[in-house]
Amino acid sequence: MQTKSIMIAGVGGQGTLLACRIIGTVLLEEGYDVKVSEVHGMSQRGGSVVTYIRYGDKVASPVIEKGQADMIISFEELEAARWLPYLKKGGKLITNTQQIEPMPVITGNAGYPKNIVENIRAKGIDITALDALSLALEAGTAKAVNVVLIGVVSKLFDFDVNIWEKALEACVPPKVLEVNKKAFELGRAVPAATR
Amino acid sequence: MAKLMLGNQAVARGLFEAGVDVVSSYPGTPSTEITEFAAKYDEMHSEWAPNEKVACETAIGASIGGARAFCGMKHVGLNVAADPLFTASYTGVNGGLVIGVADDPGMHSSQNEQDSRHYAIAAKVPLVEPADSGECKDYTKMAYELSEKFDTPVILRLSTRVAHSQSAVAEEERISRDIGAYVKNAPKYVMMPAYAKPKHVFVEERTAKLKEYAEVCPFNRIEWGSRDIGIITSGVAYQYAREALGDGASYLKLGLINPLPEKLIKDFAAQVKKLYVIEELDDVIETHCRKIGLSPVGKELFTFIGEYSQSLIKEKLLGERDEFEEYGENVPVRPPVMCAGCPHRGLFYILKKLGVMVSGDIGCYTLGAAAPLSAMDTTVCMGASVSGLHGFNLARRGEYEGKAVAVIGDSTFIHSGITGLINIAYNATNSTVIVLDNSITGMTGHQNNPANGFNIKGDPASAVSIEAVARAVGIDRVTVVDPNDLKETERVIKEELAAAAPSLIITRRPCALLKSVKHKSPVKVDPDKCRSCKACMKIGCPAVSMSTGKAKIDPTLCVGCGLCGQMCKFDAISEG
Ligand SMILES: Cc1ncc(C[n+]2csc(CCOP(=O)(O)OP(=O)(O)O)c2C)c(N)n1
Repeated sequence: MQTKSIMIAGVGGQGTLLACRIIGTVLLEEGYDVKVSEVHGMSQRGGSVVTYIRYGDKVASPVIEKGQADMIISFEELEAARWLPYLKKGGKLITNTQQIEPMPVITGNAGYPKNIVENIRAKGIDITALDALSLALEAGTAKAVNVVLIGVVSKLFDFDVNIWEKALEACVPPKVLEVNKKAFELGRAVPAATR
Repeated sequence: MAKLMLGNQAVARGLFEAGVDVVSSYPGTPSTEITEFAAKYDEMHSEWAPNEKVACETAIGASIGGARAFCGMKHVGLNVAADPLFTASYTGVNGGLVIGVADDPGMHSSQNEQDSRHYAIAAKVPLVEPADSGECKDYTKMAYELSEKFDTPVILRLSTRVAHSQSAVAEEERISRDIGAYVKNAPKYVMMPAYAKPKHVFVEERTAKLKEYAEVCPFNRIEWGSRDIGIITSGVAYQYAREALGDGASYLKLGLINPLPEKLIKDFAAQVKKLYVIEELDDVIETHCRKIGLSPVGKELFTFIGEYSQSLIKEKLLGERDEFEEYGENVPVRPPVMCAGCPHRGLFYILKKLGVMVSGDIGCYTLGAAAPLSAMDTTVCMGASVSGLHGFNLARRGEYEGKAVAVIGDSTFIHSGITGLINIAYNATNSTVIVLDNSITGMTGHQNNPANGFNIKGDPASAVSIEAVARAVGIDRVTVVDPNDLKETERVIKEELAAAAPSLIITRRPCALLKSVKHKSPVKVDPDKCRSCKACMKIGCPAVSMSTGKAKIDPTLCVGCGLCGQMCKFDAISEG
């Protein structure tokens, strides 16, 4: 199988690293060669962060470049616009509609772009948009946005749901496992996310 | 079954399996997790040292004592540890000694983009460079064998994409290893001229033997594909080349980077039509190729700057580009910011207000250089804030005394701020140094340090008193203040700047992200009282915005520090 690429974009502190680890664990369990690339340190302080997951028979490069992502999962609306160029032609974009204002918007030096989802859809791009924050709050914590989105993504793969649950158990601390399981279920139930 | 592991985690696993006993490191992205993961194995002693020089010397001592020893650091850390490294090359080892160094091409989290391979050449020690997590573990173990076989320290060089990428690693058992007796051996370990001269001869002989070994080292391997293109490469650049060209090229993947083989490279070159060297940062492999009479295409095509990628290689060699769609409209940047509730924020607001020259340093507080606080004039390397302020004040002949400060974090002060403070006291400039004591090494992801009273395992440890250190070196004016109390912070800084003696101010409040810190409820805005004057926006808190025309607090971010409330003249912001 040709190597496939998934990119996760978000804001430092949103839990993109954990999301990557869960998806990576599932893919490894399914027998793929997997590489996950993270960024630590400076850029995590509320900055724009991306992580890459690549899987296939034999993966070489751990990174994804412009025009190469089969799927982008964006944890925040503006980040979907920022990282759009990384999407491959015909690729799929899933975005949380939560908006987190970056410092130039907070200080009034820039405006938060309007109608991002509509603008992307107008380009003929396959985009699924959902309010993952509300679902996470419904599950019990705003911190579970990442796992809600994993629930959404899980429906796009043919894998047994048990494998996702097992990966969740392996990667999430036991104290918050129940909330995260609920978040996963709520994400998985989002109807728009069909293949 | 194989597990997904970060490159750094795989190095730690390699240390464990190699029977390493002593790990002493100083944190630095992208190397930090090696030692954090090592500390999870109770079979090894792991520690955070005050700086890289101490860590390296600790590892050298442990090696002389018979243990297999390791120290880890980021690329610039090796500048600090270079002194012991160069002479440990002469003494050689008893137990195996490996120095792990992580370079940061692209400067994701660094102040420069230096290439550590030069150190191996200069110090005349072998350097190995893995290209994925599996190799991280294997090369680590092999490095100990090389170290003991050739009687030399070995550098294990990683780069960000290897250190911080996860790939599959199969775990094996830890070897059992006896540290044996310690035998005094002055000619080997006492590097005074009479003993060091023969040791230099030994080093050159060792290099000659290592050169022979490089020809057969299993880390240097050829993968044949099309012989139209031959690529000599190493580390993550190998992965990019493989991704870009697949079987459309042949590869000489080098794992032992110093010394480099001669015959192997010449043989490979002779069997391909066009020869390229693809290496990130400097032209180390390329220079070697030219030295042995080859003329590969290297830096004339590929840059010295930043990270490479499969796209770059495809474009340069095949002229191919992937298609993509731009969003079109301008997308505002999202730079990193000080967190909501960060204790550094209050101090930088006051420094901006006072308009002083700020001799800066490295840590989370370097974000004080960014808008809207913009209160930092310089950042060079760890510790340079303190010594640099002394020099600046000397240059300005007193003009700036009372108008300039140094800012330095608690971990950075311990790392290399104390010697600069001694210089201020000893050579008498009227300088004011501010230690931002947030009880943790924040920037690199929350490591304990010698000033916060906990060791790497989180157990209680002896704590340096920064106040007592300052007094002991001859600074008589020492004050402690809470940086979240804006009025008092301003008063103290003004008072110390006005005083006719050197001074040290400690702004003390733990990092808002520490689990042990109890937060208040988010603050509340009374929209009737808010006059939209934007005073609360001046502190650059990510939880405060004005998108509705009135001040608005994001309750998912706000930790109730109350700084914005102190900014408000109309009492519109109150405790929640
Ligand atoms: C020689 C060297 N070693 C390590 C680093 C990585 N590093 C940058 S800042 C820092 C310490 C930051 O801690 P502290 O001074 O306590 O400030 P904080 O981030 O907590 O505000 C470290 C380890 C470096 N830049 N240079």
